[in-house]
Amino acid sequence: MQVTVKLFASFRAGRAPIEICSYPAGATVADVVAHKGIPVAEIGIMLINSRHVQLDRELAEGDTLAIFPLLGGG
Amino acid sequence: MNGLKAYLTRLAVDGLVSGASQLDACLHFDLTFAEVETVLLELGLCPARYQRNRQTVSSAGQLALFRARVVVIGCGGLGGYVIEQLARLGVGRIDAVDPDCFDESNLNRQLLATLANLGQSKAGAAAQRAAEINPVVRVVPHCTAFSAANGRELLSGATVVVDALDNLATRFELVALSRELGIPLVHGAIAGWYGQVATQLAGEDISACLAGAAVGEKGVETRLGNPAFTPALVASLQVAEVCKVILAQAEGARGRMLVCNLLEMEFEEIRL
Repeated sequence: MQVTVKLFASFRAGRAPIEICSYPAGATVADVVAHKGIPVAEIGIMLINSRHVQLDRELAEGDTLAIFPLLGGG
Repeated sequence: MNGLKAYLTRLAVDGLVSGASQLDACLHFDLTFAEVETVLLELGLCPARYQRNRQTVSSAGQLALFRARVVVIGCGGLGGYVIEQLARLGVGRIDAVDPDCFDESNLNRQLLATLANLGQSKAGAAAQRAAEINPVVRVVPHCTAFSAANGRELLSGATVVVDALDNLATRFELVALSRELGIPLVHGAIAGWYGQVATQLAGEDISACLAGAAVGEKGVETRLGNPAFTPALVASLQVAEVCKVILAQAEGARGRMLVCNLLEMEFEEIRL
């Protein structure tokens, strides 16, 4: 299946900000995160089609996944 | 009181009352600056220090700001700029909460950090700074960390709470307590070139936007640091939100978070 992966802020360093990627059926957000080499500890908001999701959420054909880093400074 | 009203009306020029005239009124009627300020604003007059607010904030709005109490949790990168702007805006009471003292690593971004006050309390510096800017603003310093134990007392009577914290565990406690008490909260967080702002209005819960995928205390700021411009920007966005909450103009912020990417000059909106 094909999924559009959008990365934000610091996750764009060395990675495409937007890319259409192919994954096997049943792939989860965690699989995309591993494929992109993003440290889980740095992840904040994850959205599929603008809805908040967790790492274990399964993707579907045509989904758009957006991943933002966790910002915690003040 | 009628004598004071007539006195102020006579001294006003184009609806503006200068600081010197306000001081005259204090001496003449044996009142404090803040007491005269209330009467002046109730008359629809404008203290001259707010003349550039006038086209943005009505007299009634300026009075609402003066009567408001904003509790700022954290007086570092975000909190320093937030308190500075709240004082200039004319928020009558600001509670500045931070257990820390300034050190050298704060000089690159924290407005209130100077070479002269290294080692001194951040909350105390906020009170000193506000007193230099606006004679009617009262900043109450609390040299303590916000916690579940003291949270209710710190937030008691607050019009709005500002989240200018730098760790996730305390932030979640603050967001939950504000929600429970029905006090609007304006969240801000920063890391490197990036920042985010969200307003939690009555009945909302923004905590889903603040959580990480893993359990931890810090975000990417530990790797990216915090340069000067990001806290200044995010703090300004937060103060605009605080101002709108006090002026009852904040409904447009409901259900939204703004994420700023200054490296690529991009602003992204996330639905809560």
